[in-house]
Amino acid sequence: MLYREAGDFKTSYGADNQTFPIAFDRRAYWVMLLVAAVILPFLVNDYWANAFLVPFLIYAIAALGLNILTGYCGQVSLGTGGFMAVGAYSSYKLMTAFPWMDMITVTILSGVITAAVGALFGLPSLRIKGFYLAVATLAAQFFLVWMFNRVGWFYNYSASGQISAPERTMFGIEVTGPNTEAWAQYLFCLFFVIILAWVARNLTRGTVGRQWMAIRDMDIAAEIIGVNPLKAKLTAFAVSSFFVGISGALFFTVYLGAVEVGEVYGIQKSFLVLFMVIIGGLGSIFGSFAGAAFLVLLPVMLKLVGVDLLGWPTDIVAHLNLVIVGALIVFFLVVEPHGLAQLWRLTKEKLRLWPFPH
Amino acid sequence: MKKLGTLTVAAICAAAPAMADLVFPSLSYRTGPYAAGGIPFADGYADYFTLLNERDGGIGGVMTRVLECETGYNTEKGVECYESTKGEGSLVYQPLSTGITYQLIPKTAADGIPLHTMGYGRTSAANGEVFNNVFNYPANYWDGASVAINYLLDENGGDISGKKIALVYHNSAYGKEPIRTLEELSAKHGFELSLLAVDHPGQEQKSQWLQIRRERPDYVIMWGWGVMNQVAIQEAANIRFPMENFIGNWWAGSENDVTPVGEAANGYKSLAMHNVGDDFPIFADIQSYVVDKGLAAGNGDQIGTVLYNRGLYAAMLAAEAAKNAQEIHGVADITPAMMRDGMEALVVDEALMENLGMPNFGPAFSVSCENHGGSGQAKVQQWNAATGEWEILTDWISSDRDVIDPLIEEDSMAYAAENGITPSCADS
Repeated sequence: MLYREAGDFKTSYGADNQTFPIAFDRRAYWVMLLVAAVILPFLVNDYWANAFLVPFLIYAIAALGLNILTGYCGQVSLGTGGFMAVGAYSSYKLMTAFPWMDMITVTILSGVITAAVGALFGLPSLRIKGFYLAVATLAAQFFLVWMFNRVGWFYNYSASGQISAPERTMFGIEVTGPNTEAWAQYLFCLFFVIILAWVARNLTRGTVGRQWMAIRDMDIAAEIIGVNPLKAKLTAFAVSSFFVGISGALFFTVYLGAVEVGEVYGIQKSFLVLFMVIIGGLGSIFGSFAGAAFLVLLPVMLKLVGVDLLGWPTDIVAHLNLVIVGALIVFFLVVEPHGLAQLWRLTKEKLRLWPFPH
Repeated sequence: MKKLGTLTVAAICAAAPAMADLVFPSLSYRTGPYAAGGIPFADGYADYFTLLNERDGGIGGVMTRVLECETGYNTEKGVECYESTKGEGSLVYQPLSTGITYQLIPKTAADGIPLHTMGYGRTSAANGEVFNNVFNYPANYWDGASVAINYLLDENGGDISGKKIALVYHNSAYGKEPIRTLEELSAKHGFELSLLAVDHPGQEQKSQWLQIRRERPDYVIMWGWGVMNQVAIQEAANIRFPMENFIGNWWAGSENDVTPVGEAANGYKSLAMHNVGDDFPIFADIQSYVVDKGLAAGNGDQIGTVLYNRGLYAAMLAAEAAKNAQEIHGVADITPAMMRDGMEALVVDEALMENLGMPNFGPAFSVSCENHGGSGQAKVQQWNAATGEWEILTDWISSDRDVIDPLIEEDSMAYAAENGITPSCADS
C-alpha cells in the first residue's frame, strides 16, 4: 500500500540510481536522521549513552570497516582488534603530543595512520587467500597488541601501561574525559557515523566498490577484465582500516577513556566485530548497523529482562548470553548466510506486494 | 529451570516494597577466566550484608541491599554496570579489577561516589589529597611488593644482595604495578631483578618457566590472578622449583590456586592481607543467620576460603564506614558523599574487630585525608597440601615506607598535573 514504487517517477539517471528508490524509504531515512540527531540528544542519559548508544555507534563504524574488507572485497580479516588498537594509540599519542589539536582532526588522523598500517598488513593478501589470509591477519592482531604492551613509547612510559584520554573540548563542550555529558559523547560519535556510512555507501557502489566485488566474486576473472588486484585489495585494506581505526580511536577517547590494550583490543574484539558482520549481513551497509545494534543490545536486554525484571542470578544470564550468541551464529550461517540484512530485504520485497501478493 | 522459576517468583514477591535502603553494588564476575577468584569474593561480600540484615536489621536500622552486576572482569561491562547501578544510590564501588578501577577513578570523581579498591587498583590513590574519592586501605600493591622483600630480608638475616629474584606478572596494569617498587628496592638492597610477563589469561607459561629454569633465580615473586596462578604453580612444580622460594601476592594465594596442583604445591607461599580459615566467631553467625536460612549467596560452598574471607572483610570495612558516616552526619539514610566522609574517618582497631566477631582478622589501621592507604601491612602464609589449609607463618610485616611514600607522592602528583587537580582535602 504505502510501500511501493508506483507513482514515484524518476526523470534523471541520478534519481534512478539513488540509495533509496522508494519514497517511503527516503522519508523514513530522513525521519530517522532527524530523530537521531535532533531529538535523541535531548533524551539520552548517562546509562543509555554508555550502555547502548555510544558503543552501538562505534561498533557500527568498525562493522562497516570490516564489511568493506570481508563483505565487499572478500578478504577475511581477524585483525580488527589490533587495528582498533592502532587507532586508539594513534589518537592517544596525537592528543598528548599536540594538545592544541581538535578532536575531529585527531580522530581522522588516527584513521589515516591505521589505514597505512592496514595497507601494510594487507600486502600478504596479494599472495595468500582464504584461511591463510585469516591466519596472517591473526598474526597482525597478536603482533600489534604485543607491540603496544611492550614498547613504552606508545603509552608514554606510564607505570601501569594503560593509556587514558585527557580532557578535550569541541566548541567549548567537553567530548572526552569523565565530565563529558552523555549527549556530547553521543553526538560526536553520531557525526562520524553519518559521514562514514555515507562514504561507505558511495564508495561501494562506485568504481572502487565494483572492483572490490569483482575481486570477491572471482579474482582471476576480475584480473582478466582489467581490475588491478594490487590496487583493489590494498584500497580495501586501507579504507577498511581507516574505518576500524576511527572506531578504535572513538572507543578509547569518547567511550572508555582509559584502555588496557590486551583486554580491550584483544582477539575477542576481532571476533565480536566479525560476528556483527556475519549476523548483520556480509556486503551490506544496513547489515553493519543491524549486526552492531543486535550484538550490543542483546546482553543489555538480557540483563534487563533476566536480572532486573526476573531476578535471575547474574552468572546464569551471562552464560545465557554466550549460549544465545553462539546459537545465533550457527543459525545464521546455516539458514541465512546473508544475515539480518537479507531478512530485511525479503521483508521489503513482501511489503511491496502487500496486501495483494498475487 | 525449576530453580530459575522459583527464583523468578521469589524475586517478584521480594521486589514489591521499595523502601529506603543502603545500596552496596557488587561488580562481581562469576563467569570468565577469573571466575574462580570472583565467585568466592562476591559470595563473601553478599553474605556479610545478608548477615547484617538478618541479625541486626541492617546498618543503624536501615536495611542494606547488595546490587550484583556481572562484569566478567571486562572493562566495558564494568562501565555498563557502573552506569546502570549508580542511579540507585550506590554508596561505594568495589570492582575487584584493576582495569575497571582505572575506568572508574575519573567517573566516580565526577559523580562524587567513593571507590574502595582493597589491595588492588591504582596504588598512588593512597594519596587522598589527590584522589579524594578513592580508597585502597588496608594495603596496596607497592606495600605488597615491599612486604615480600622484607620477608625475604628477614629470612636471609637482613642481606639479600646478589640474590636473584624473578617477578612473574600478569601483563596488564595490575601485574605491572609492583615493578617500579621492586626496581627501587632492588637498587636499595642490591638484589638482581628479572621480569617475566605472562599474557592474559595466562594459560601459556612454558617459555617463562623455561627461562626461570635456565636463570635459576633464588626466589620467584608472582603477581597473578585467575587461571594464571594455577598454571604458574603447576609449571613451578614441573621444573621442580622449590615451592618455599615461590611467593605469590595476596591475589595469588587462595585454595583455587593450589588445589589443582595437589601434593606438588605443598610449601607454596603467598602474602595475606587478612587471616584465613573459618575459626572466627562471625562464622557461627553466618551459619545460623545466613546458611541455615538458605540465604547464602551463590552455591554457599565457599565459606571460609581465602577469597570468601576477603569479600567478607571488604564488606565489613564498607559496613563500618557506613556506620561511621551515620554517626558523623546523624542521618541513618546516608548519601555517597556522607559515605566518603565515613570512609575517611575509619578507624579499625583490635577492639572493633573483636566486637564484630573477627578478632585479629586484619591489621589495625586508621584512614585520614592524607593517607587513604591504611597501614600497608601483610602476613605471609604457606600452603599445607596434606591438611589442605593455609598456615600463617608470620605476624604483620610492615612495608618500607621510605621507598613507597616518595613513589606515591610522585605518581599521584603526576596524575594531578595531568588532570588539573589541585591537591587538597575534600571538605566534609
